[in-house]
Amino acid sequence: MEKLNKFTPYERLEIVRHKGRPTVRDYIPLIFDEFIEMHGDRLFGDDGAIMGGIASINGIPVTVIAEVKGRNINENKECNFAMPNPEGYRKALRLAKQAEKFHRPVICFIDTPGAFAGVDAEKRGQGEAIARNLMEFMRLKTPIISIVLGEGGSGGALALGVCDCLAVLENSIYSVISPRGFASILWKDSGKEKEACSIMKVTAEDMIELGVAEKIIEEPLGGAHNDVSQTAENIAEFLYKTLNKKMKIDIDVLLNERYTKFRKIGEFEEG
Amino acid sequence: MGLEDLFNVVKTRFNVNSPEDDKEDGDRPEDTAVQVPEDLVFKCPRCLNVIMTDELEKNLKVCPQCNYHSRLTAPERIKLIADKDSFKEFDADMLSKNPIDFPGYETKQQALRDSTGLKDAVITGECTIRGERCVMGVMDPRYMMASMGSVVGEKITRAFEFATENRLPVIMFTASGGARMQEGIVSLMQMAKTSGAVARHSDAGLLYITVITDPTTGGVTASFASLGDIIIAEPKVLIGFAGRRVIEGTIRQRLPDDFQSAEFALEHGFADMIVERKSMRRTIAHILKLHKGAEI
Repeated sequence: MEKLNKFTPYERLEIVRHKGRPTVRDYIPLIFDEFIEMHGDRLFGDDGAIMGGIASINGIPVTVIAEVKGRNINENKECNFAMPNPEGYRKALRLAKQAEKFHRPVICFIDTPGAFAGVDAEKRGQGEAIARNLMEFMRLKTPIISIVLGEGGSGGALALGVCDCLAVLENSIYSVISPRGFASILWKDSGKEKEACSIMKVTAEDMIELGVAEKIIEEPLGGAHNDVSQTAENIAEFLYKTLNKKMKIDIDVLLNERYTKFRKIGEFEEG
Repeated sequence: MGLEDLFNVVKTRFNVNSPEDDKEDGDRPEDTAVQVPEDLVFKCPRCLNVIMTDELEKNLKVCPQCNYHSRLTAPERIKLIADKDSFKEFDADMLSKNPIDFPGYETKQQALRDSTGLKDAVITGECTIRGERCVMGVMDPRYMMASMGSVVGEKITRAFEFATENRLPVIMFTASGGARMQEGIVSLMQMAKTSGAVARHSDAGLLYITVITDPTTGGVTASFASLGDIIIAEPKVLIGFAGRRVIEGTIRQRLPDDFQSAEFALEHGFADMIVERKSMRRTIAHILKLHKGAEI
């Protein structure tokens, strides 16, 4: 396959922050035959930063869980700029457990700068909510496929990122912290975002190389915003193919593979 | 020079600094104050009380004024908790590489290895506590603020896997600044890896006790530290997900002093109990005994 785009990591960051970057709200009607949205974590509230529901793709029922970016200021107010609170992660877990009960695969769309840093988020256990999702998704007895649509920032992204197959859109970035945060912590200078970006290994190719992702989904020339339906088609094709593959695997084998996928990430030597 | 003279010297030097200078910010590093020899006195980061280091040591490194449980090194912690000579370390020679080729990472680690005698930020192993056999992990904030990179993630995962295979309980003394930035996305993945190992240990019906020590934050709070069947915290320690300053930046106001403290976690339902250092060993042994036989 010929690569059309060759952007630097920083250019990609600009692309995923582009005003016209499609969000999951743009993709859902193009990828799925139908989508019924579900609300609430049954514990505290309903978080607009994470939406979820039941959908079907080529007749296969699936549960969709997605981090939602806003396309304008009003949407961003509702979805808190895609920075989930604990109730968002708990809603995700509730829907994932429901998917397990009804033998539906789970499809997660990741698109967040990170989990929300706030007083109430701490009071309600932001750390616990993310940790719980990591543990429960690791043993969820149904296939999980995750896709990074734009920004995959930190634990806030990983909370929807424990899966059997991770795909990243070609220009999306996945990182331990935002490049700005990285620069601020390691160089005490948040202005060095560009340098941080180039050193952190955040691109789709880096994710494949480091064993974090299994698949790069191509974007149209210049980025996803130039042709939303083409991007959606590429995502749908990947999803359909991968679902068919993963749904055939015995669940215990699948869980072992999921464990191993993460188990082998890390670089160390033994003296 | 007798100890008393030494104390006077320190006192005089410290008094050069006007007390107002230290008032307004509890978590500010002590760099703006007059230089006090670090090894002689301890300035409590919670109540700002200054005491002689040997006095602090005698009190198990607990501030006598406000009961803040200050940081212990991993060897100190093991000595305090495990039965004498019972601790057998796992993976003592594991060293990290430099997965994203971060400039200066190797040099920084070498310097820390030399100054602390540690190979990375966690020591894991098996031991007995009042005769009860268990797997124990202890994080050491001297080493890059006990941030979690490949070595920490791997050692903790192996410790849980060993415990699962050998049907042993796990006790984790957590302390961490979070994911180790210098290892980029690889460090983030350690959160999933360790949580997966906890899940398997839990599925085997085995007991996992977390002991939150100062400070437990970020990616460690958002993974294995929050997943204990029983979560114990030491008094006054810091526990939270997001950094205090990040939150203060968002809300543009100062947060109360007890925000993200052990007491705050207890109040909001994220810890089972707060246990003082002097009774930690007894408490853990008691809990281990109560779970004996349940793990079949």
